[in-house]
Amino acid sequence: MPREIDHMIQPFDVAAVRADFPILSRTVHARKNRPGKPLVFLDSAASAQKPNQVIQAMDRLMTEEYANVHRGVHFLSQRATDAFEAARRKVAKFLGAPGEQTIVFTRNATEAINLVAASYGRNFLKAGDEILVTEMEHHANIVPWQLLGMEKGVVVKPIPIHDDGSLDMDAYADLLTDRVKFVAVTHCSNVLGTVTPVKEIARLAHEKGVPVLADGSQAVVHGPVDVTDLDVDFYVFTGHKLYGPTGVGVLYGKYDMLKRMPPYQGGGEMIQAVSFAGTTFKAPPMRFEAGTPPIVEAVGLGAAIDYVEALGRDAIAAHEHDLLAYATDKLSGLDGVRLYGTAPGKGPILSFTLEGVHPHDVGTIVDQYGVAVRVGRHCAEPLMDRFGISATVRASFALYNTRQEADALAESLRAAKEFFG
Amino acid sequence: MLDDLRDLYQEVILDHGKNPRNFGHAEGANREAKGENPMCGDKFVVSLKLNDDDVVESCAFLGKGCAISTASASMMTEIVKGRTAEQARALFAAFHDLCTKDEDEQSPHPDVAEDDMERLMVMAGVRQFPVRVKCATLAWHAMRAALDGVETASSDIY
Repeated sequence: MPREIDHMIQPFDVAAVRADFPILSRTVHARKNRPGKPLVFLDSAASAQKPNQVIQAMDRLMTEEYANVHRGVHFLSQRATDAFEAARRKVAKFLGAPGEQTIVFTRNATEAINLVAASYGRNFLKAGDEILVTEMEHHANIVPWQLLGMEKGVVVKPIPIHDDGSLDMDAYADLLTDRVKFVAVTHCSNVLGTVTPVKEIARLAHEKGVPVLADGSQAVVHGPVDVTDLDVDFYVFTGHKLYGPTGVGVLYGKYDMLKRMPPYQGGGEMIQAVSFAGTTFKAPPMRFEAGTPPIVEAVGLGAAIDYVEALGRDAIAAHEHDLLAYATDKLSGLDGVRLYGTAPGKGPILSFTLEGVHPHDVGTIVDQYGVAVRVGRHCAEPLMDRFGISATVRASFALYNTRQEADALAESLRAAKEFFG
Repeated sequence: MLDDLRDLYQEVILDHGKNPRNFGHAEGANREAKGENPMCGDKFVVSLKLNDDDVVESCAFLGKGCAISTASASMMTEIVKGRTAEQARALFAAFHDLCTKDEDEQSPHPDVAEDDMERLMVMAGVRQFPVRVKCATLAWHAMRAALDGVETASSDIY
């Protein structure tokens, strides 16, 4: 049985946290006559591991209270609906949203952005309108707008970044002309860790009546987020990076915005009344949840939110900041390491190259030491072009990582350097 | 652990990776194709000269890749030189098998010289690293595309 989460103690007890994540005690690359290496998981920015609390919440729902939601009059349907809607309320509170009616469950952050691009974009944007994104955007916040561009003739323009990875706010102010009709920015770069000044970005856009979407897929993991304070019109994130399951994401939208938007997909659940003479749709958020939603996954996400809130989002941020500072120091001391993204206040994500060794080879070598990192373009090809590189190695730190793991990373990099030396 | 790495990164591979042969544009090239590995973003351009007898007179590659993809490209340019287009295609098939299948699963490749296969055997370690197969075959996909008159190939496809 996992610990009761309300027993968690301050200061941050990383050993106790690690005990909640069963996968972290496994080894990798074990062979017949050779023990495996302890897993050093530094790829949480791609997808985080899951604590027992999440695994068991999903298991419990399926074992004891599972049925489809919003449909049946029977006992289990009511229980499942209660659990699903409780998860929606948790998400709303987690984001500082004014109410659960502003929270739409999607499949992931990508689908949430596609929803806004398709529903808001198709109906309120027209040929010649401009959409601003940042140069460090994940493909998920570029390509949906480009697809819209191909369909409607809207133009997607990047806001440049400085060499340290911070957003060029002067350039943003210049780009924010009367042609701009939408702004879609990452809240925290998945490659550089840069945290963008979303509140200021929204303030400037709103002066011109332009709505703003922020992609919080990384940001919600690493610190408190309050969408009301940020005053963004849309905010998206995904469950699986927040220690929840895959298959569930979130779109927050100001209710006045959501109300004006037509459905994204059609099907059951989202309709008021259907006839061949014409169909009417439910109010948001149901309007945007066609078909059976990710019930089990949403409940898992709710458990993940309970988990991080019990630990304390500030406490998590402090722990991760310590890891970032420690790892940055360690890596900076290594010969041939070049870090990308050094903006002040960044999230615990370290992108780097190792001189003379291609990131892909680095990834293979450190993996043999049990160290899991991501190598490649990180779904951010324009950003790679910006720095004139084809790929980086990315080590991302999460609430369960330790300083010893940063040491293990540094050791394995030294070995990689030696191997190719 | 290091044994696996030594299997993958054999001395020959490290050497070709560091000092690639035929790096550039092939002399008198009349065929060219780009190979892309969408996983890492690496790109190679393979160029070759196919003469009137359908023989590869020269072959070269350009681009930046990892040790595996660079070494594989370098060795490929040496091996396909002097081979007919048909033989080069057969080499592709044999090499692909080598990288993806255990020995007992590989189909016979009668058009491939034993010497060539032996030279390529150093790449067989990639079998233990399935995610790296796309690196090893990147230049080969581009070479085949060049022979077929296709502009771009991806090592994502088989």
